[in-house]
Amino acid sequence: MTSVDFSIVLPEFLLAVYALAALLFAVYTGKDKTAGLISWLTAAVFVVLAILIGSRSTGAQSAFNGMFVDDAFARFAKVGILLAGAAVLAMSQDYLKKHDMLKFELPIIVALSTIGMMVMVSAGDLMALYMGLELMSLALYVLASFRRDSTRSSEAGLKYFVLGSLSSGLLLYGASLTYGFAGTTNFAGILSVVKDGAPLGVLFGLVFMITGMAFKVSAVPFHMWTPDVYEGAPTPVTAFFATAPKLAAMALFARVLHDAFGGISSDWSQVVALIAVASMFLGAIAGIGQKDIKRLMAYSSISHMGFALIGVASGTVGGVQAALIYMAIYIVMNIGTFAFIMTMERDGQPVTEIKALNSYWKVSPTKSLAVLFLMFSMAGVPPMVGFFGKLAVLQAAVEANMTWLATAGVVASVIGAFYYLRVVYYMFFGSDVEPLDDTKGGVANIAVLVVGLIMLVGIINLFGVDTLALTAAEALVR
Amino acid sequence: MTVADYAFYLFAILLVASGLFTVVARNPVHSVLWLILTFLSASGLFVLLGAEFVAMLLIIVYVGAVMVLFLFVVMMLDVDFAQLRGGMAKFMPFALLIGIVVLMQLSIAFGDWTAADGSQALRAAVTPDLTEVHNTAALGQLMYDDFLLLFQLAGLILLTAMIGAIVLTLRHNPNVKRQNVMAQMHRDPAKAMELKDVKSGQGL
Amino acid sequence: MEDLLRDFLPVIIFLGLAIALGLVFIFAALIIAVRNPDPEKVSAYECGFNAFDDARMKFDVRFYLVSILFIIFDLEIAFLFPWAVAFKDVGLVGFWSMMVFLGVLTVGFAYEWKKGALEWA
Repeated sequence: MTSVDFSIVLPEFLLAVYALAALLFAVYTGKDKTAGLISWLTAAVFVVLAILIGSRSTGAQSAFNGMFVDDAFARFAKVGILLAGAAVLAMSQDYLKKHDMLKFELPIIVALSTIGMMVMVSAGDLMALYMGLELMSLALYVLASFRRDSTRSSEAGLKYFVLGSLSSGLLLYGASLTYGFAGTTNFAGILSVVKDGAPLGVLFGLVFMITGMAFKVSAVPFHMWTPDVYEGAPTPVTAFFATAPKLAAMALFARVLHDAFGGISSDWSQVVALIAVASMFLGAIAGIGQKDIKRLMAYSSISHMGFALIGVASGTVGGVQAALIYMAIYIVMNIGTFAFIMTMERDGQPVTEIKALNSYWKVSPTKSLAVLFLMFSMAGVPPMVGFFGKLAVLQAAVEANMTWLATAGVVASVIGAFYYLRVVYYMFFGSDVEPLDDTKGGVANIAVLVVGLIMLVGIINLFGVDTLALTAAEALVR
Repeated sequence: MTVADYAFYLFAILLVASGLFTVVARNPVHSVLWLILTFLSASGLFVLLGAEFVAMLLIIVYVGAVMVLFLFVVMMLDVDFAQLRGGMAKFMPFALLIGIVVLMQLSIAFGDWTAADGSQALRAAVTPDLTEVHNTAALGQLMYDDFLLLFQLAGLILLTAMIGAIVLTLRHNPNVKRQNVMAQMHRDPAKAMELKDVKSGQGL
Repeated sequence: MEDLLRDFLPVIIFLGLAIALGLVFIFAALIIAVRNPDPEKVSAYECGFNAFDDARMKFDVRFYLVSILFIIFDLEIAFLFPWAVAFKDVGLVGFWSMMVFLGVLTVGFAYEWKKGALEWA
């Protein structure tokens, strides 16, 4: 190890040091009384690290014998992960405090899982990939059952853990097959070995790894855990699940496919395309019957993952760029929506029924309008930001001569629009029910309004995300 | 066949058989015991491969620690295992079908047992020469230097597991009197008790 | 490779002896022992009462916490073996990387101590 290696992993190192220091500080001082402080501090550290990573402009560098890669793609994903984590931590404060879940371990576990995600998106080796993935997943299992006295939260944690370890096992099995037939775990090494056709064993390994990663992005047919976990986990945790880990897993997906198996894209692009189509349709159709808004968001995320996978399946620079743009928009939309779900309460108790939103515009016209923008954006109605995400992936599919995939995407997005618009319908035209409380103040309420505004203002230039995504995609697809 | 070959078949058959009994045993405690035998046979196989460190690790960590945990968990759950097993017959055909399909696929992979060109050279490039050093020493030479990143991540994973286990299961009983060492040491007899001179024939 | 297996010969002999001895005891009991069972003799006996319920009782979840903490430190120790064996070759980087690893888990240990996870009740 040299000091160059060390300087490349500096952000991860700093975050780990922070997590350890915060753990010791909190447990030796006020314990759970410091929870609020630690949460804000963790969010601040995330933002600082995001700025640190974002301001790095060196080209692709690798550390630890190619085990860890720092390129524009990794930096794009890391900035997204860190900012999403910071936003979720900031907006969850009031909810956690109100429902007595504010423990100081929560932000620290979030920080540890974020380290795992950062390693994942920078992985240049199957072993680094696995260690990052496990660090992330282990922390997420704990978060899912964080409300340990609630049976639903425990169930969510257990279900996530059992199915998650199964998928980890599949991924590990695929990785070992790949190692056995390719002779190396290094991505660059695998790429050089399989460039003129992969042996059958490597293909088996590839398929098993795709299975494991599809599970982590909750793509059909490995999506079964998503609705139950989303519903059972505490809402702030669900908000975290729906944002940062999804981006990390999607980035990992793209990285493995391009960095290690870029030479045989014809072998995997059909598999990924099939998963994408299945996810889009299942998410769009199964979401229709849902009564709980958290379950609805679970199916919505399955469908969104399908769209992002279209970009990955294209296997081109444009495809990866589109997938990254889509993920960035998806994360912002989810932050806004979950901020809104956290503010939904009646007599101080959290409510997640969709029906409870009836005539919500009488309670709070501004927030209703913000949610209207959010839902339109989720559905991909022009001229909201979400439309441009969908447009980007569909264009990428057409350019990669996968017109059938783009057609399927259009059909699925029309079907999926139904349940987003239904939420809006309930809010503005639903029959009167006992109204929800009009919560005011707090970060979550501000977040709803800000994100609602972003959905409208962002259409001017998408805040430059598309050019950043292009640099990132060019670094990955060579 | 050499002794090593006999040993391989012995351990391999033992492993598959005890693995099967782990699944079909009626009593969950017996399942755990069968699983211990599975791990022991697996460690025998590792020794035959020359991976003695992994073999010993399997015995220390899995047989020594994980199986104790499994026993606790089996004893901790208030589950009617006979009832759980009732569902097994229902899903058995489906499970068997999937198992057979996977087995067939893997046998295709086995039939086409060709590693990529140069994979052997790539494999040998990273490991120290095993005719020169012992395999535990070879692991040691690699793990703490070349694989430093992974090693430290393993530390973080263990830390996460520790925090997670404590967060999810630790409960403090407020009705227990606990020892406070500092309070004990700084106890001042002058403040802790009061002497009263009680006159005879009078109360306090 | 052959040398390594020869090193394990005592272990094999020990295993064989253990299995043989175990079988001898079982079969000796089957063949030699006098057995004369009747229903009263083989029934469960609990201080003169019939057994109240199943002998399997639920364990406290605290046992689980203790054993999982044990496993974590057991794994930590497992990482020390190759380090000790290759100590002369690992160099300064290897030495300090182990110190950092131990440091991380010591932070965890301090946390669990202060949190009261090592106290019973």
